[in-house]
Amino acid sequence: MHLLYLIFIDPFVQMASAPDLLVQTLWDGLVAGVLYSLIALGFVLIFKASGVFNFAQGIMVVFAALTLVGLHEHGIPAYLALAMTIAVMFGLAVVVERVMLRPLVNQPDIILFMATFGLTYFLIGLGELVFGGEPKVMIARQLGLPRGAIDIKFAGGFVSLQKIDIAAAIISSLMVAALALFFQKTRIGRALRAVADSHKAALSVGISLEQIWVIVWFAAGLVALTTGIMWGARSEVSFALEIIALKALPVLILGGFTSIPGAIVGGVIIGVGEKIGEFYWGPLLGSGIESWLAYVIALLFLLVRPQGLFGEKLIERI
Amino acid sequence: MRSPSGPGVAAGEVLLAVENVSLAFGGVKAVSDVSFDIRKGEIRAIIGPNGAGKTSMLNIINGFYQPQQGAITFKGETRAKMRPHDAADGGIARTFQNVALFRGMTALDNIMAGRTLKMHKNLFWQLLRYGPAMAEEVEHRRFVEDIIEFLKIQEIRRTPVGRLPYGLQKRVELGRALAMEPELLLLDEPMAGMNLEEKEDMSRFVLDVNDHFGTTIALIEHDMGVVMDLSDRVVVLDHGVKIADGTPDEVKSNQAVIDAYLGVAH
Repeated sequence: MHLLYLIFIDPFVQMASAPDLLVQTLWDGLVAGVLYSLIALGFVLIFKASGVFNFAQGIMVVFAALTLVGLHEHGIPAYLALAMTIAVMFGLAVVVERVMLRPLVNQPDIILFMATFGLTYFLIGLGELVFGGEPKVMIARQLGLPRGAIDIKFAGGFVSLQKIDIAAAIISSLMVAALALFFQKTRIGRALRAVADSHKAALSVGISLEQIWVIVWFAAGLVALTTGIMWGARSEVSFALEIIALKALPVLILGGFTSIPGAIVGGVIIGVGEKIGEFYWGPLLGSGIESWLAYVIALLFLLVRPQGLFGEKLIERI
Repeated sequence: MRSPSGPGVAAGEVLLAVENVSLAFGGVKAVSDVSFDIRKGEIRAIIGPNGAGKTSMLNIINGFYQPQQGAITFKGETRAKMRPHDAADGGIARTFQNVALFRGMTALDNIMAGRTLKMHKNLFWQLLRYGPAMAEEVEHRRFVEDIIEFLKIQEIRRTPVGRLPYGLQKRVELGRALAMEPELLLLDEPMAGMNLEEKEDMSRFVLDVNDHFGTTIALIEHDMGVVMDLSDRVVVLDHGVKIADGTPDEVKSNQAVIDAYLGVAH
């Protein structure tokens, strides 16, 4: 009986008795969720255009952040370093298309998936070779990102909002809106969906696969760079960042692999669910549930909606 | 709808010439030393038993395969190598044997995708859906609506094509090819798997496209009745080799063709 009380009653009593803590937890979850959304978005872009789960998205985040910080360490001003990093991500997209995707046109998806593993280890090696393996500090201040926190009085307590988190939320939202517009409203967007559906049909109407792939990988690279800056500013820039990319998996399962809005909603659900679960239910299990709760949420979701919240429902004829 | 106007090639002249083309996959010869031509404005059928190399021939013409030998002359330009993108840009459109549509997209979006190469306006304007890009989108949409009306598929405009019955999918695919305003339209078994009524509809569309827009058509078909009714000239392939070329009547009475289809007593 006592256990049931602890699971079903006590957490809600706590929420009600300390609303400031609840709001703080919700906010933390929301910010984490927005960043998960960003990572998931990188996956969605490439999945939409090529039907391939890009395993290298996580390492692209690290690689972009390392390049930015590394260039700055060599005495290049922050904004110039940012521009150069964007150029590097474009170069990466071109090279990936030329060396990896083009020779594998019309191959089964699993082959391309395996190729992204290769890309992952290549980028890890290249990153360590050029920038070294030790963690670096993100140049958030030099890029003009705000520091410090805003404390808001709330229900007899304080809710503390980190300015960097607010900036992250705003920038991510803008980025998502821009990408959604780009892919819904332009001919490139239509071409991109076409390529995802059928390579040969896309070729037959004159869509250039090369061009589309470069655009999509570049977009994914920009998303990776943004994610790298935001995560880097909250902790540090190291190869450990790659692990958080795996958090995108439950987000994608929840939101659907092909949906940009899905990536956002999924990210927020996972982020908030994680923090709330950790804070109110975590102590029951001796804490640390944050690391796996996301996967449990995703698993439960799979049982109900295998295609995700916004995924395309496939009707298979038999 | 406008009719596509090809520069340089008048009706009745050779639009596309295939000269001594060979294609092999490893040891398998798909096409051996085949030559034929397609004249502007005609309906040209490519027939032959299964495995004769018909689809390979279409794939060579629109750049999916590169022949190991021979040359292709299109609108007076001879080329050895061409990518599908260039073929589409040059005015060659096609449909596929097993229907290759963008399954997740609506019929309308599928056909709009055929306009890809005709859209040139700045991406920035497209993003804002404003100014010149909006005008362009409206213009293309009008063109596509004409095609939809022509093919009588108004009521399925907004349906994702994956849910449509096979016959309608084939029609949408034809619509997408027409949206490219092609000079040469390649149809790979447009009536395969259709019932009699659907076949009659499709035959009428093929004839109408040829009549109204003057589009040159090359088609692969197994239904001999359809081939004889539709086509101006027929080329017959068997095991990758050309065995006959001429009007439907000539081909029908050709002994080599009869042997290829019915088999020869040994």
